[in-house]
Amino acid sequence: MSDKVTKNHNLISEPPLVEGNPTFGDITEKVSSIVEGKAPKGWLIAFLFSVSALLILKGSILYLIWEGTGIWGLNNPVGWGWAIVNFVFWVGIGHAGTLISAVLFLFRQQWRTAINRFAEAMTIFAVMCALIFPGIHVGRVWVAYYMFPIPNQMAMWPNFRSPLLWDVFAVGTYFTVSLLFWYVGLIPDFATLRDRAKTKIRKFIYGILALGWRGSNRNWQNYEQAYLMLAGLSTPLVLSVHSIVSTDFAVSLLPGWHTTIFPPYFVAGAIFSGFAMVMTLAIPARKIYGLESIITIGHLEKMAKIMLVTGSMVGYAYSMEFFIAWYSGNTFESFAFVNRAFGPYWWAYWIMISCNVIVPQLFWSKTLRTSIPVLFVASIFANIGMWFERFVIVVTSLSRDYLPANWDYYTPTIWDMSLFIGSFGLFFTLFLLFLRFVPMIAISEIKGILPESDPHHGEKH
Amino acid sequence: MSDNKIYGILAEFKNPGHLLDAAKAVKAEGYNDFDCHSPFPIHGLDDAMGLSRSIVGYIVGFGCIAGASAGLFLQWWSSSVAYPMIISGKPFFSWQAYMIITFVLMVLGGAFSAILGMFHLNKFPSFHHPLFNSEYFEKATDDAFFISIESKDPLFVIKDTKSFLESIGGDNIEEVME
Repeated sequence: MSDKVTKNHNLISEPPLVEGNPTFGDITEKVSSIVEGKAPKGWLIAFLFSVSALLILKGSILYLIWEGTGIWGLNNPVGWGWAIVNFVFWVGIGHAGTLISAVLFLFRQQWRTAINRFAEAMTIFAVMCALIFPGIHVGRVWVAYYMFPIPNQMAMWPNFRSPLLWDVFAVGTYFTVSLLFWYVGLIPDFATLRDRAKTKIRKFIYGILALGWRGSNRNWQNYEQAYLMLAGLSTPLVLSVHSIVSTDFAVSLLPGWHTTIFPPYFVAGAIFSGFAMVMTLAIPARKIYGLESIITIGHLEKMAKIMLVTGSMVGYAYSMEFFIAWYSGNTFESFAFVNRAFGPYWWAYWIMISCNVIVPQLFWSKTLRTSIPVLFVASIFANIGMWFERFVIVVTSLSRDYLPANWDYYTPTIWDMSLFIGSFGLFFTLFLLFLRFVPMIAISEIKGILPESDPHHGEKH
Repeated sequence: MSDNKIYGILAEFKNPGHLLDAAKAVKAEGYNDFDCHSPFPIHGLDDAMGLSRSIVGYIVGFGCIAGASAGLFLQWWSSSVAYPMIISGKPFFSWQAYMIITFVLMVLGGAFSAILGMFHLNKFPSFHHPLFNSEYFEKATDDAFFISIESKDPLFVIKDTKSFLESIGGDNIEEVME
């Protein structure tokens, strides 16, 4: 390293990514002991609540299959209700995980290592929750396989020109690739757990999962290349997934949906909501498991900055939609937007604006974006706001389309709500199991960003 | 265990910098069948060991092409040959609409080839390896750095290799059995 670079490096020296100057062994111990020790009481209580909510989901799905989609509040013209709202909400949440694991990896943002495992797990579970809704909202769930290009006795094939089918492929691929990416990242950490295992069963299970990993540099070489490739493939994928989800709406002819701004606007919103969810999960987890030195306040602050950026982008998209509605001179388009803000669903619209546009503006202040209570509350607001964004898009446009004779007001039923609450049960049950059995911090990656990991550490230049 | 064959010799090094220097020394001595083991990838070790670039990237390239071709073929064949339907007056092969699934399947093909290619090159899964017989090796996934020289290397002579590893600063030098 030349003198000049070294000097510059000192001038812009950042706070260390991992606080407390731990050794490699400390990191192994800290993260593995969470999986190896007893579960804290808080975990058990949270798990009981989550499983209860999961049972609500199960019961609601069974009743839905038994009785049909008539149990929902759908009417004519609102044929897409909470099911699609929840689908878009959950897919969106997943985006932060891939953004952290792939995009920040390509940009060599090393702070990502503290939260990437965590966020990727969130992605996978969120996409699982999302996939439930299109699965059950088709009404006749036993023919859900029509969505896939499976040779069948009717010699029928799906319509590949339909955005709904693009969605099946995009979200299915997104789930698969996220799972592969997550697993590849986990292999060295499973090996760590295997080598620390005290009991035969643990050694066997983690041994199977670790595939025989032995930290060999010849293996690391291929491993790192594969990881880089997966990051490179996931980056366009994550940007495309929510764009494709948005075409479900944008390709239709409904006022308020038929706009070209939808793909980038949906992606920005997805990243915004995903980071909010990472924050909602990370703040309690780092406290309960004592990981404040790994997931530092600096990490939370960086996430808050991303939320500020994406929240403002979403705000820009909201205003641009209004502008274009007016500028297009199209009566129906202008009406759709005035109706959103001042029509029967005005309350939903203003909840959306307050949570997604106004709340993130708090993060301009350093004091506020480094205050844990503020971050936590703001992240909850962002989650609520992003759910309402999808509600506003879906319901306001459908309930007030071209002919006033078609209009109707949509109200959800108890079953709409129980399915939504139940999906949180599934999400948290899976997430808590993840915290219990899988290292929630990427052990080998954290070691790789410690100053000692540099072979030239401590040398004089 | 006297009838067992020796797999190689394992030596521990204190830190990444030490491991890097040792790997250079082992390479310079003329050994080729050796490996370094560390809890995380170490920058510069590939060059020190004289490894050429991983070929995973090429495998992924083929996977992407295969995925994209399969995707486009599926859409062309099912909507032009197997089940031709006129939808919104569009041609049977409306390729613009097919680009999205083609792209998505390209990513899927690439991702599977990345992981399967990596598994193949690393010979995963391989649940047993002679190095797991070592008593120190468990720390390779925690905080220790090792070099193993295999007995199949032409330069390998138990005594000489051992004293060589000692001379470049290896600790806990151990003969590992098959």
